Amino acid sequence: MMQIMEGSRAIALAVKAARPNVVAAYPITPQTHIVEDISQLIADGDLDAEYVKVESEHSAMSVCIGASATGARTYTATTSQGLALMHEVLFNAAGMRLPIVMTVANRALSAPLNIWNDHQDSISERDSGWVQVYAEDNTEASDMTVQAYRIAEDSRIQLPMMVCMDGYTLTHTYEPVDILEQDLVSEFLPPYQPTDFLDVYNPESFGMFADPNYYTEFRYQNHKALEDAKAVMTEVSVEFGEIFGRDYGGLIEEYRCGDAERVLMAMGSFVGTLKDTVDDLRDRGERVGAIKVRSYRPFPGDEIRRALAGVNAVGVLDRNISLGFEGALFTDVKASLYRSKDMPNVFGFVAGLGGRDVPKRTFAKMFESIRTSKKSQESEFFDLRAEALNFQGG
Amino acid sequence: MQDREEKRPVDLFASGHKACAGCGPALTIQAILRATGSNVIVASSTGCMEVISSQYPQSAWKVPWIHSLFENAAAVASGIEIALKALGREQEGKVVVIAGDGGTVDIGLQAISGMLERGHEVCYICYDNEAYMNTGNQRSGSTPLDAFTTTSPPGKKSFGNDRPKKNMPAIAAAHGIPYVATTSVGYPKDLTAKVQKGISVRGPAYLQIHAPCNVGWGFDSAKTIEIARLAVETGLWMMYEIVDGQLTNVMKTARRKPVAEYLQQQKRFAHLFKMPGGEAQIKLIQEYADSNAERYNIVAQDAARELETQ
Repeated sequence: MMQIMEGSRAIALAVKAARPNVVAAYPITPQTHIVEDISQLIADGDLDAEYVKVESEHSAMSVCIGASATGARTYTATTSQGLALMHEVLFNAAGMRLPIVMTVANRALSAPLNIWNDHQDSISERDSGWVQVYAEDNTEASDMTVQAYRIAEDSRIQLPMMVCMDGYTLTHTYEPVDILEQDLVSEFLPPYQPTDFLDVYNPESFGMFADPNYYTEFRYQNHKALEDAKAVMTEVSVEFGEIFGRDYGGLIEEYRCGDAERVLMAMGSFVGTLKDTVDDLRDRGERVGAIKVRSYRPFPGDEIRRALAGVNAVGVLDRNISLGFEGALFTDVKASLYRSKDMPNVFGFVAGLGGRDVPKRTFAKMFESIRTSKKSQESEFFDLRAEALNFQGG
Repeated sequence: MQDREEKRPVDLFASGHKACAGCGPALTIQAILRATGSNVIVASSTGCMEVISSQYPQSAWKVPWIHSLFENAAAVASGIEIALKALGREQEGKVVVIAGDGGTVDIGLQAISGMLERGHEVCYICYDNEAYMNTGNQRSGSTPLDAFTTTSPPGKKSFGNDRPKKNMPAIAAAHGIPYVATTSVGYPKDLTAKVQKGISVRGPAYLQIHAPCNVGWGFDSAKTIEIARLAVETGLWMMYEIVDGQLTNVMKTARRKPVAEYLQQQKRFAHLFKMPGGEAQIKLIQEYADSNAERYNIVAQDAARELETQ
């Protein structure tokens, strides 16, 4: 059922439909509307869950760990500095294989302080062992929230999962959202039934320490579970499609790539603008396409390599930068293409940081750049403002 | 032989753990679990007791146990408690935190404050061995005045740790929780009674248990209990309860011993007996003990409650 609502509200309703037992969260812009809406749902008796109003994001994730290990379905949401504060706890949750689901309302990291959208926060948690997906619009963010529990709790996976959605651009934007019906969600997502949990009738130890004889194997299993998540995510997506009529088609989405000579790749809400740009250029006869990377971890390297076979030039938009090198997605795409027979020219574009808009004309410039530029394999800041760089103060 | 085996208390903290001989904290945990029985879920912070008890694939814990990180045991325990509530399993038992002094008075303080303020049904127990022992005896906020640690060494310009112990029980009590208590591994009856109170009150409880570390403090491994008792007998460690905000049940001592008796048996204070100016420092520590004695009125006027002799 389509309803016009704020993105945050859509997430709160998706969380409600997923029926978590415990929610623990700490307020931070632009995640706040999500947790406010969830608080109201609980206050009104519409969601039967315990909400722990913790004193920090570090504790939010720690409460989720304790609750999840006790057998509860758990939820939290954060962004930016809050996610960074969770850093060590994220690794811990993944290492203990706890299926916590979290919304990340993507936002830039300080300094300088900036509350607007880019992907530096979640990209910086790339190696935490979490499943990490990016939503293009609010319906996808809502759908992925419910799918996340199925994926995370799957006995083959048992990993935490973060659903990333662009702060403000999605969280604070009103748009039509296809709201999930409770009956169907209950059918799609049964209650969480862990096999191992903190239980006085069957005492087990969680979070033990592992010496060099065992540590590698724990890490391998965490890694293997993430790799295995690729198939499970696709499977869950298909089943979700059968029930709800929306199948997002796996880990990447190819948009008009069939005969494309040039392709731009991106994650998150900018993909919408990118698709519009592709449509415009297609109307003018240009053979261009777009690839939306939906899952960043596990990384769909094989899918990307297949999708880019026969493409002449690829541009990768990163709304993050590994300072001192290049955008993170660019690095991963290049690595995935390394084994390609005919490697396309690949260009990296760092743009859209700290809430700077990337409009259609910028995407069009990128398409033009990868057609003419000789700087394959290189990354550039695409939307630098010279006047801001030269600003002397006063 | 069979009979003797059967008469031994069932230890939920199994023997065969990897603690040093004479370890005060390991004795403390054994005593805690004897007091609680099996209906508890324990959350531990990173530290000596976590490391010596949980080396995969072996565990010394015969109760459900979780370790997450150094500073978040109180938050993890909050999550366990709230999950039991959400799942209708509160009757299963009490959630207990067992954490060291570094994980409690320093890095874990914020999470503890949150847990106490939110009123979780958790009994938080700090075993206080007065330094970061797991990492090799570095100074914590709970290290006493003038103690040698590897980060508070004595030298030309130092008598050792330059600050007195942080008063963590008072901080816990300031949250208005129903039960705060201090005790010592040297007094197992007292420890047992306080742990049992701590897990039976409605709301959060905070316990701090003085637990000497023979390796870090530098004393013979056979003397753990003796040293623990000397801390109390000298007035350097107070044993009391704060029930609903009221200080009560302070452990009295008829003849308080001079602090030098306690200090001279530990290598961490040995420099005070050798260096110029050390004597004045011992005097300072004595004054600290005297002021404790006055403040808590620990000298028995009517021998109302003598120290346990068992």
